[in-house]
Amino acid sequence: MPALYAKPAPPSDDKRWKIVETRMRRMGDRPAALIEALHAAQEAFGFLDEAALHYVGDTLGVPHSRVYGVATFYSFFTLKPQGEHTCVVCTGTACYINGAKDIMTALEKQLGVKPKQTTADGKLSILTARCLGACSLAPAVVIDGEAKGKVNAGDLIAQLEAM
Amino acid sequence: MSEQPAAARPIRRRVITEEIHEGPVRAQAFVCEAASCMSSQAHEVTLRLGEATAEAGLADVVVKRVGCLGLCAAGPLVEIPQTGQLFSAVTPDTVGPIVEALKAVKEADERQPQGPFFEKQLRVATENMGRIDPESLDDYLERGGYDALKTVLSDMTSTEVREVVTESGLRGRGGAGYPTGLKWTTVAKASGTQKYVICNADEGDPGAFMDRSVLESDPFRVLEGMAIAAFAVHATEGYIYCRAEYPLAVARLRNAIRLAQRAGYLGANIADTSFNFDIQIRLGAGAFVCGEETALIQSVEGKRGTPRPRPPYPAVSGLNNCPTLINNVESFASVATIIRKGAEWYSGIGIGKSKGTKVFALAGRVVNTGLVEVPMGMTLREIIYDIGGGIIGGRPFKAVQTGGPSGGCIPAEHLDTQVSYESLIELGSFMGSGGMIIMDDTSCMVDVARYFMDFCRDESCGKCVPCRIGTTQLWMLLDKICSGQADMVDLAQLERLAGTVRKMSLCGLGQGAPNPIFSTLRYFRDEYLAHIVDKRCPAGVCEIEQPVEVLA
Repeated sequence: MPALYAKPAPPSDDKRWKIVETRMRRMGDRPAALIEALHAAQEAFGFLDEAALHYVGDTLGVPHSRVYGVATFYSFFTLKPQGEHTCVVCTGTACYINGAKDIMTALEKQLGVKPKQTTADGKLSILTARCLGACSLAPAVVIDGEAKGKVNAGDLIAQLEAM
Repeated sequence: MSEQPAAARPIRRRVITEEIHEGPVRAQAFVCEAASCMSSQAHEVTLRLGEATAEAGLADVVVKRVGCLGLCAAGPLVEIPQTGQLFSAVTPDTVGPIVEALKAVKEADERQPQGPFFEKQLRVATENMGRIDPESLDDYLERGGYDALKTVLSDMTSTEVREVVTESGLRGRGGAGYPTGLKWTTVAKASGTQKYVICNADEGDPGAFMDRSVLESDPFRVLEGMAIAAFAVHATEGYIYCRAEYPLAVARLRNAIRLAQRAGYLGANIADTSFNFDIQIRLGAGAFVCGEETALIQSVEGKRGTPRPRPPYPAVSGLNNCPTLINNVESFASVATIIRKGAEWYSGIGIGKSKGTKVFALAGRVVNTGLVEVPMGMTLREIIYDIGGGIIGGRPFKAVQTGGPSGGCIPAEHLDTQVSYESLIELGSFMGSGGMIIMDDTSCMVDVARYFMDFCRDESCGKCVPCRIGTTQLWMLLDKICSGQADMVDLAQLERLAGTVRKMSLCGLGQGAPNPIFSTLRYFRDEYLAHIVDKRCPAGVCEIEQPVEVLA
């Protein structure tokens, strides 16, 4: 049976689109692959821009409005580019009662960034996580993918400023 | 694999333990390589210890990576199973004493008790945790892995399997405690040729990490439990819905699925029978509400995770409108042992209607933070003081929070309560998935209630009004109390609105959201009054501006 519509071409000839395309094809290019495809695109590019959302939606036959809906519903997806480095502060219960709030306040005071913001020079993004499951290390942060436990605000800021 | 998600970076290959050891083994060193210890250089410890034993010429010693040893607070941990010696806070530079201890191990040595943290536990779902290499199928098979599945496939009918699970009294370990056997029977009897099994590994409760540890330490057990369930309910396809925040768990699951497929424990004709079953992983994307089963199904279908009214229950109409069995990681992890040891053995553990064991994650202001599995019916005092080692710095205990954002805070006067589904509900809390956050006098209970409400208002999916608007209004009222701006009218309004949200919300998130308020009001009303009437925070957490006295 001929395809009802042609598969759209990737937005650019960046090789990373291949990864996204393969992941979608593996799941039969069906609408159910939407979240997996967005994961793939975010891994490859670091964030989801409009071109990525359109491409994924067109390939899977999902309306753009729904792609946008899904991408903004889940907190794991980000539509803005991240800074060079990221620092995720865990705000789970164990971290909260062990001082995550003080860390956030210190970051805001010393570096002038609130959660989900990037410093003006584009170097550092501060994010929060609901719970990293590293409760025995509370308070915990993840700097560029590496978890650090039993953090205190002073050391953390010194480390972030040194980066 | 190029399409592995960034979150699930491939695990670095072992250098030392990869080599197959030949000849007799006199002593072993188990290095904990679960997420908590991994973040403090546990992998480097494994490598260094391997080198050090080789340098010392210990040919009959094996260094092995294992899953979580449980006592996460003291990580990275190394255990010598022959003697029961446990080394805590090991770094790559301090492996010397371990090598010396390994040298001293003799054939005749007996395993010594390791203290109350370990001795008071009873391990069922976590029996292989810290004993096997989570990335080795052989290790799992050696400890009786897949025996249960083989027994089921060769000697039992699906009805018999369901009967065993029903008789064991196993109840859903995800929180609500619905009888597992009954759920399986409903799915098995539902009409439809295509059926699914889904493992709910979307452990969103802040302060809970049981599922993560089970998946990281013993992933094959979950796969085996799912296969048994699939056989019992006539399903052929399975999904594991796992949080993207758990990269190590996802990586180990992918590895386990690949190994199980290769060895014929997943896929077509499992264990040379006509039974077919395969499992795929679906990554969550950071939405707490997706732990709710109907929302989870939406998410697996690639949609926004919003719940829908039940009935129809997923057991009748779930994924792709087909009958779907959804159980939690811990429930599946208990199944293989129940089949192997029998329903009678399992139902002999526990109290009343709560049978078996429960895994708890101890966290907060407790000395031994970590993962424990205890028989149902153990008192909170035993869990917190004997196993948990009491409060950090010997400070006074204030409350233990169970059940996550839908749970409640239990005060000191109820420490002697025996833990079960029923007793916790009686105390105004909830079993939940098993997080236990211990708080001392440095925590303000109104602030804690505000924290959970902040969580719920943020995670509310927005589908139904009571939850979407109600949680925000409740949060604003709590914030007003915390900042000392509230009066008694606000408190009355808080209670009334909390009741409305509980009654009117569509799913468990909204219905459970007011629970932290109710339970803190029930046991710590004086703290609310101190904020409202005296304009002070007894724990010194909330910043309250003292009213300026107007002169003249």
